[in-house]
Amino acid sequence: MSSNATTAEGEVPQFYELVPHHHAPHGSTQIGFWIYLMSDCLIFASLFAIYGVLGGNYAAGPSPEHLFNLPLVAVSTAALLLSSITYGFAMLDMDEGKKTGTLVWLVITGLLGAVFLGLTLYEFYHMIHEGAVPQRSAFLSAFFVLVGTHALHVTFGILWLVTLLVQIGMKGLIPANKIRVQCLSMFWHFLDVIWIGVFTVVYLMGMLR
Amino acid sequence: MTNEFWSFIFGRLTWDVLPLHEPIVVITFIVVAIGGLTVLGALTYFKLWGYLWKEWFTSVDHKKIGIMYMVLGIIMLLRGFADALMMRLQQAIAFNGYEGYLNAHHYDQLFSVHGVIMIFFVAMPLITGFMNYVVPLQIGARDVSFPFLNNFSFWMTAGGAVLVMISLFIGEFAQTGWLAFPPLSGIEHSPASGVDYYIWALQVAGVGTTLSGVNLIATIIKMRAPGMSLMKMPVFTWTSLCTNVLIVASFPILTAVLTLLALDRYVGTNFFTADFGGSPMMYINLIWIWGHPEVYILILPCFGIFSEVASTFSGKRLFGYTSMVYATVVITVLSYLVWLHHFFTMGSGASVNSFFGITTMIISIPTGAKIFNWLFTMYKGRIRFELPMMWLIAFMLTFTIGGMTGVLLAVPPADFVLHNSLFLVAHFHNVIIGGVLFGIFAGINYWWPKAFGYKLNTYWGKISFWLWNVGFWLAFGPLYVLGLMGVTRRLRTFDDPSLQIWFIIAGIGALVIAGGIAAMLVQFAVSILGKNKEWDTTGDPWNGRTLEWATSSPPPQYNFAFTPIIHDNDAWADMKTRHAQRPTKDFMEIHMPCNTGTGIVLAGLSVVLGFALIWYMWWLAILSFVALIGAAIIHTFNYDRDYYIPVEAVAEVEDTRTRLLSGAR
Repeated sequence: MSSNATTAEGEVPQFYELVPHHHAPHGSTQIGFWIYLMSDCLIFASLFAIYGVLGGNYAAGPSPEHLFNLPLVAVSTAALLLSSITYGFAMLDMDEGKKTGTLVWLVITGLLGAVFLGLTLYEFYHMIHEGAVPQRSAFLSAFFVLVGTHALHVTFGILWLVTLLVQIGMKGLIPANKIRVQCLSMFWHFLDVIWIGVFTVVYLMGMLR
Repeated sequence: MTNEFWSFIFGRLTWDVLPLHEPIVVITFIVVAIGGLTVLGALTYFKLWGYLWKEWFTSVDHKKIGIMYMVLGIIMLLRGFADALMMRLQQAIAFNGYEGYLNAHHYDQLFSVHGVIMIFFVAMPLITGFMNYVVPLQIGARDVSFPFLNNFSFWMTAGGAVLVMISLFIGEFAQTGWLAFPPLSGIEHSPASGVDYYIWALQVAGVGTTLSGVNLIATIIKMRAPGMSLMKMPVFTWTSLCTNVLIVASFPILTAVLTLLALDRYVGTNFFTADFGGSPMMYINLIWIWGHPEVYILILPCFGIFSEVASTFSGKRLFGYTSMVYATVVITVLSYLVWLHHFFTMGSGASVNSFFGITTMIISIPTGAKIFNWLFTMYKGRIRFELPMMWLIAFMLTFTIGGMTGVLLAVPPADFVLHNSLFLVAHFHNVIIGGVLFGIFAGINYWWPKAFGYKLNTYWGKISFWLWNVGFWLAFGPLYVLGLMGVTRRLRTFDDPSLQIWFIIAGIGALVIAGGIAAMLVQFAVSILGKNKEWDTTGDPWNGRTLEWATSSPPPQYNFAFTPIIHDNDAWADMKTRHAQRPTKDFMEIHMPCNTGTGIVLAGLSVVLGFALIWYMWWLAILSFVALIGAAIIHTFNYDRDYYIPVEAVAEVEDTRTRLLSGAR
């Protein structure tokens, strides 16, 4: 390490790293994924803004109090929030290196996500059946796209989760898989936070309008 | 029956959509086809496909991806500029009842596609190319944080460009202007494929841009060399960081708003329709909430380039580094608070308009601070009038005038008169050509020797410089005059013959600019093919100050054999004054990412998906979407993504450099 620069003052700053140092693998992944989530958050922000502006434009069509079934939404909200807790348990088991426990909790998380998705689809089916289609009014367009975009995210989350189950089954809890579980964890909790916004702004405030 | 079958297969794609009735387009197609076949034939004849695939297309090396971005930008510049020339010619001759040579259908596509190409497929790839190439070198890193994602981002951008180019020959492009405002861009008024090309080209490219923004932010935050605190980062890296923050914080809005427009067109929702409660003004608000940050996305990295150029060619530390950084950050924040100045005429009332007028004017304060910083950097410096420095001076003159006309437009009452006039057109060309493009030219001349190992030809560079500068003022000076006289933009024919002389002058200006572009291409050709190259054996041809000049030209694949340790803002200048000795032995193996073809496959599938959606080929859309998801999942099953460059290979490269360095001395 002595072949480095010296200055006249006798001070010896080092200008090159001469010993190998190991970067933690995937050192940037978490922050990168976090930044991606923030960009995704802005998509939702735009949709919320749209809903905020157009959400009262019923165009003489149905309005929230005719359409929303709060008990049903309460059940789906409970399922989604519960799935965040079970994902947390999966993370705890992963940190302790328990492969089976991780897999089991992830499966439960996925199932709860599927319950949420099923209830959302049922709600959509029900509304469309009643003639409350997205084409009917700006309110319904904004509603279907905001809730639908969230549901689409949950769908991709479940797809990702299934892929991860296979990959953990194949390779075990190796670092490359652990970082993926962590990223999906961020994604999953993020969708929960968004849903709390949707639940409040669309359903609760919609019933109050 | 068969008819139904064919329309199931091809959707609404029929022989009728080919623009066979437009002789200009047919001739263009023939020329492009012959040129394209020649290039493809030559590549095959010289057996270059394998080389291109292995060394470039699938490369995850940030330097090669950066160069591919630049090539894409320059090719698209030729297309976008051809459109500009055609418009100038039309406007110069369509007087006194003469209709000109372009029909309305063609002309409206021209001004739309010109704007789209110049912003999304010229300016964006060129600045992204610079950021890709330079940022990792400036921060002493070996690559970006996510090298595969980088390759994928490039191909998505290229995929968007491909869709725009396809629209020239199959179907049509939007006739709505470059931001496709509804209700004109709605299905009722634009039923053909044009707006759909617009939507899907921008969606495909937008994914690439957003992900590249995420990538570069993570790179700058996490991969800086030891000792490089945020306030020791080179200014270009700072401006890149701010630009990428802007990208990540604004492109999702574009994605959202274009998705909603697509839903209006495809599904019949009522976001931006004029009835059933929709609001076209919502589109205009949202798209400018993306659109205004977008212009700062373009200009900030160019400010960074000029900062590097100013300090290097004045032989001095940059004046006011800290104020430069703060000015950049202030511009970043303010750029989100001004979007409404694009449509003061919406009628939001005096209070709202005043707010946005004032925030707009405030932006000129940090920008002015930057201009003074560059001037003070030059003050008492030993200035070398190399090409990048010439572009800097041309920029300061041109951009300041463009900035002042911008402040004028920021005054709402004045804007009511000048809104949508040629004055506006002159203003934004003044700042985008005089700022962004001049910055890009400065950057090309500045970093070319780093990328290729030899300097660009000065003679042709100077010819290009003067033609561009003279041509710019000839082309856009008259538009200021015409705008003040009340001529609106996007007109195809004119009634008042007294206006014609100004349009003729503008047309001549465009021809002079064409000469500037030609001279630039000659400059590249002469420099690449010429025998008497100014080889750069030192890696530091300009006596540079930042870390990219600390390694060889072109840099080795791994950039730095030993990671530099930073003690000063101008890290490399500091290393030179304190005689840092480059280590010449005890090399280590270097960990690098593997190349992959997944990026090009995913982007290719995205283009197919976009094309299928444009032409209503639903089966193909579903198929390509499933294939896209499938390919992405398959990629995640590949865990074998990196390798080590062995010590001997590193030693060989570094020994060559040691020999070159001793020979140079």
